[in-house]
Amino acid sequence: MKKYRFQLVALALIVSIFTLAACGGGTVTTTTAAPTDSGAETTAPADNGDAEGKAIKIGGIGPLTGAAAVYGTAVYNGSKIALEEINALGDLQFELNFQDDEHDGEKAVNAYNTLKDWGMQILNGTVTTTPANSVTPESFADRIFALTPSASSPTVVEGKDNVFQLCFSDDNQGIAAAQYIADKNLGEKIAIIYNNADAYSTGIYEKFASEATAKGLEIVSTTTFTDDTNDFNVQLTEAKNAGADLLFLPIYYQPASLILSQSKAMEYSPKIFGVDGMDGILTLENFDTTLAEGVMLLTPFVADAKDERTKAFVSKYQEQFNEIPNQFAADGYDVMYALYEASKKAGVTAEMTAEEINDKLIEVFTSADFSVDGLTGAAMTWSESGEVSKQPKGMVIEDGAYVGMD
Amino acid sequence: MDFILHLINGISLGSIYAIIALGYTMVYGIAKMLNFAHGDVIMVGGYISFVVTANLGLPPAVAIVAAVAVCTALGVIIEKLAYKPLRAAPSLAVLITAIGVSYFLQNAALLIWSSNPKSYSSMFSFEPLRLFNNRLSITSVTIVTVVTGIVVMAALTLIISKTKMGKAMRAVSEDKDAAQLMGIGVNKTISITFAIGSGLAAIAGVLLASAYPIIMPTMGSMPGIKAFTAAVFGGIGSVPGAMLGGILLGVIEIIGRAYISSELSDAIVFSVLIIVLLVKPTGLLGKKINEKV
Repeated sequence: MKKYRFQLVALALIVSIFTLAACGGGTVTTTTAAPTDSGAETTAPADNGDAEGKAIKIGGIGPLTGAAAVYGTAVYNGSKIALEEINALGDLQFELNFQDDEHDGEKAVNAYNTLKDWGMQILNGTVTTTPANSVTPESFADRIFALTPSASSPTVVEGKDNVFQLCFSDDNQGIAAAQYIADKNLGEKIAIIYNNADAYSTGIYEKFASEATAKGLEIVSTTTFTDDTNDFNVQLTEAKNAGADLLFLPIYYQPASLILSQSKAMEYSPKIFGVDGMDGILTLENFDTTLAEGVMLLTPFVADAKDERTKAFVSKYQEQFNEIPNQFAADGYDVMYALYEASKKAGVTAEMTAEEINDKLIEVFTSADFSVDGLTGAAMTWSESGEVSKQPKGMVIEDGAYVGMD
Repeated sequence: MDFILHLINGISLGSIYAIIALGYTMVYGIAKMLNFAHGDVIMVGGYISFVVTANLGLPPAVAIVAAVAVCTALGVIIEKLAYKPLRAAPSLAVLITAIGVSYFLQNAALLIWSSNPKSYSSMFSFEPLRLFNNRLSITSVTIVTVVTGIVVMAALTLIISKTKMGKAMRAVSEDKDAAQLMGIGVNKTISITFAIGSGLAAIAGVLLASAYPIIMPTMGSMPGIKAFTAAVFGGIGSVPGAMLGGILLGVIEIIGRAYISSELSDAIVFSVLIIVLLVKPTGLLGKKINEKV
């Protein structure tokens, strides 16, 4: 008995150590909106008598925790703002249930099944590509319409008539990046570091490389890494020795933050050009934003844009979530509005089954006269393959904030 | 010049592996068990130092002391709670328990600090060392890591060969029962071994996070596995072996990445391990009777 008592005491000690450490945490991260597993549900405000039970059920899937949490949280927050506005307009009522997938295919399918049990009629998701590749075949088979805010791989929409993208596809992003660099004369000798264990990174790299060559840009160094890599000295040394004056990083912000700090340590300071995965680097907890000074990226959304709609969105977002929205927040916002516009046009009601809604929405999205003005692009239209057409904008990080380059 | 730079980076990475491997090898030598939770103690060390500097705003020295203190206590508690009751159990049971502890630590960290990665500010931010007219600059973290590695190995060797405690450790590793009969407190000796090993893990955690400034709950697993490989490579149970194995592993990894292929660098590391074990099954410095501290 005595032995067990000792074990209990020791267990209590361990727990208290962890709790103390947690208290020491002080500033808890602000990027996570919801606790793990529980997901989050935002119900339509029942201000107009018949809203209860009459709202169109929209399911959302994205990483609210995990390495890619920045993206999922931003999409969720942006969607919530759009949801409030749309419900306040009064002609259609939406209800949003957003589930966490931790940027994991298996968990995303679990989240999808949870949403199906809840009665999801339209899918807003998934946020990232890998889970999207697992979930979209399911939603295709179940005939549930899906509009992904930011899963950019062409494989997400390929061969699925009811899956659409709000973001650029990887192919378009690689091509646009090369064109932008060439048009603006940003660099002559280009080095590329990409993650060849990642479909997103490889996809952008391939299109970028062929377009850059076609545009007469010289690629002097191409190096790769895989998911568990945290040492980039070798890749950076090669780029430095090749005399590269511009480093193209078609990768996520997490390895990018390591590359930035290691290149500073070795006193190599090329211009850095990133893609939309770079977005989020400024919200990384405790990140020294001076490292990202001058980093350029191509993105469809600029938070300092001067139009009224962007300004209103940014101020609402700052008020509610205490940070400047990135493009993923704008993507989430635009997804809700695109679904709203399309539902209104198609005459979708909450009583319809998911399959009826699916057929109507496909018809609207692929019709020639349907276009949506959003924060991430004016007059966005969709092709039958599910890809969007819109214009990217160049951004540069100055004093820890995104500023438009054009 | 590039080769020298890669070599230095390799030695730096290898020194971190070596410090972790020392913890593995000591525990194996004395308690005859593979403590797979060791990698996660590194992660705890990284987070504790992060909390102390970034959230409480205290100086790096305090952070390092706090990390070592917390990890040492954690190591002793883990040993008392999870491994001591199984001292007579088959080694497989202890191995599984160690994996359980590893998952427990990872998930506890997930709950406390969430899975969002955090950017770590290096604990050592003095000017880099410049050689050959600036053509070679060695970062502060690299210097600190290599020096720490050498100091730690020297200190451990001294403790084991010169002190009474070290004698007790050697005795326990040779023959636990006989040591007990001679009046050596076996449990106390094993506890102290865990304390030292976990304290080293905390130092490794600070160095690892300073060199690669992103911390997350799973950050310890890959270095943990590599360090375990290094310990086996050098001859598990041998202190100089762990040091040599760690440094060689780091150098092979970086050189392989630089001159052969970055995708294959891990494969190269493990192929070298397999070849060494085929030729010399006890590892580079392992004795045939692999019962050493």
